[in-house]
Amino acid sequence: MSDITMIHAPQKRVPFAQEAAGALTILALGAVGYFLYPDDLAFLTRLIGIAFLVLSLDLVTGYCGVATLGHAAQFGVGAYAAGIACIRGVTDPVALLGVGLVAGTIMGLISGALITRFRGLPQLVLSIAVGQLVAGLANKLSWLTGGSDGLSGIEPGKVFGVFGFDMYSRTGYLFSLAVLVITFVVLQRFVRSPFGLMCRGIKDDDLRAKMIGVSIYPRLVAMYGVAGAVAGIGGALTAISTGVVGLDSVSFERSAEVLVMLVLGGAGHLWGALAGTVIFMIFEHVVAAANPFHWMTMVGLLLILIVVFAPRGLIAPVMSLWTKMTRKGKAA
Amino acid sequence: MSVLLEARGVCRSFGGLDVTRDVNFKLVSGDRVALIGPNGAGKTTLVNLITGDIAPSRGQFWMGDDDITGLSIPERVRRGLVRTFQTTRLFANLTVADNVALAIMQRKRISRRIFSSATELPEVKAEWSEILAHLGLDHLAYRKVIELAYGQQRLIELAIGLALHPKVLLLDEPAAGVPHDEAPKILDAINRLPADIAVLMIEHDMDLVFKFARRVLVLAAGRLIFEGSPADVTADHEVRRAYLGSYADARHSA
Ligand SMILES: Nc1ncnc2c1ncn2[C@@H]1O[C@H](COP(=O)(O)OP(=O)(O)OP(=O)(O)O)[C@@H](O)[C@H]1O
Ligand SMILES: [Mg+2]
Repeated sequence: MSDITMIHAPQKRVPFAQEAAGALTILALGAVGYFLYPDDLAFLTRLIGIAFLVLSLDLVTGYCGVATLGHAAQFGVGAYAAGIACIRGVTDPVALLGVGLVAGTIMGLISGALITRFRGLPQLVLSIAVGQLVAGLANKLSWLTGGSDGLSGIEPGKVFGVFGFDMYSRTGYLFSLAVLVITFVVLQRFVRSPFGLMCRGIKDDDLRAKMIGVSIYPRLVAMYGVAGAVAGIGGALTAISTGVVGLDSVSFERSAEVLVMLVLGGAGHLWGALAGTVIFMIFEHVVAAANPFHWMTMVGLLLILIVVFAPRGLIAPVMSLWTKMTRKGKAA
Repeated sequence: MSVLLEARGVCRSFGGLDVTRDVNFKLVSGDRVALIGPNGAGKTTLVNLITGDIAPSRGQFWMGDDDITGLSIPERVRRGLVRTFQTTRLFANLTVADNVALAIMQRKRISRRIFSSATELPEVKAEWSEILAHLGLDHLAYRKVIELAYGQQRLIELAIGLALHPKVLLLDEPAAGVPHDEAPKILDAINRLPADIAVLMIEHDMDLVFKFARRVLVLAAGRLIFEGSPADVTADHEVRRAYLGSYADARHSA
């Protein structure tokens, strides 16, 4: 039986061992990208930005069971906010991340307050509506957002006043990677906290949760706020490192694509979100370059295979293998 | 004796079918009450009404001096009104320990913490270990609920109920589906509860009813038709006609 929760079983070893392992894994993968694919750093930086959005989606969909096809709104609002702030003179990259974080949080709280009032199909439809509303506004408020041309000329200052953004995306990549590591470690902690665990409980059975005294709605709205923060950081990072923000960052396609990535990797697990992003984005990058006309067909095929052979995402078999190994290790 | 829960003239119907008809009763501190009645009598519906799962069409529920009829489910739980479900409702994809830990953390008002590791908090772990040990579930603590046998899942329902430190505990057929030799654990657990809380148990197994209850309520077709001691209930003519029949005879011949 594949079994993701066992990873939460008692591992009375070094405190923060899981967090350290998580950080090191991401750093190692990041180093592979940096040294082996120096020409693709711009792409890999975009990948990391999207990873934030998929992680964010995982928080509401994988951990809380909220169905949404409008999640790009949180990401896009973060990106636009950071971009606009930068053009208007706030150029410190870390401050811009803060701007994205705050904007994403606010957007998350608003979306959550609307979307989690409902369940099932109405919830899904509402999430699309919220996403479309934000996309519509991004297009209409062209004095602020640049409309269909998007925002360009975003020129952030140096990170900590030392590392300037370069045309090879080296700084952008390393900065994004560092922020991802920090965010990921914090999230690892967060999803195992009482709050995070309760969200998984609500996803399993909300009547049971009510019957132990939990008010569901405020919890879900709060979780949406956290998810918004994560997505907002991703949006801001993308704005900072690419220098442009376009309507694609709030589009329905973006929302749908990240849902596909999450399902691909495995919802309900942070590693699933990361794995899904990496596999989907690289697949798209490689196949689209080789065969620009049929890459969507290939993606479709890949998805069908995954859903048939690994319905709980690619991460599930990996996790159950890991569990078996650690169980054996303990028995020995 | 202080009244912990009171039903006043509670009625409920589903599309013309009167499932609860003018029900009045009181649960006082220290009560150990069995609620019995034939299948479909409306026992579970009554529990659903008490906990706020469904709203009564007429009547109110009171806890002490407060009318709780308008309160939400979680608000009632926070006042100590706790139930278990006849058909288990658990956090199926979480571990047994997590299921109980969530209830404990919610009771202790620490379930909003966002940075400590949930199940391993020492003060929480001590509690869930003890509850699970008493119910003989400790070896299953780190198993997912969904992997367990149904009888074991039934006991987890009870474990969650106990973890909430109820003032009024409503048990909807806690022994149904539990293997016979494990059923005494349920009584043991109830006997360990503080004496001053009120426990109402829906149960078909009359052996268990006789061991548990000091008072019996009989519900038939949505109406409370009898209230009295376990000994009286088997003697009561109307109850026997409505429901008991075979049980009473079995006890007399035993
Ligand atoms: N939500 C509902 N909608 C319609 N009818 C309902 C609903 N809930 C219960 N009923 C009906 O109310 C009647 C009483 O059901 P209830 O589950 O309360 O009986 P019970 O006494 O608990 O029976 P059992 O001993 O089988 O558990 C049944 O006829 C049932 O079909
Ligand atoms: Mg019933």
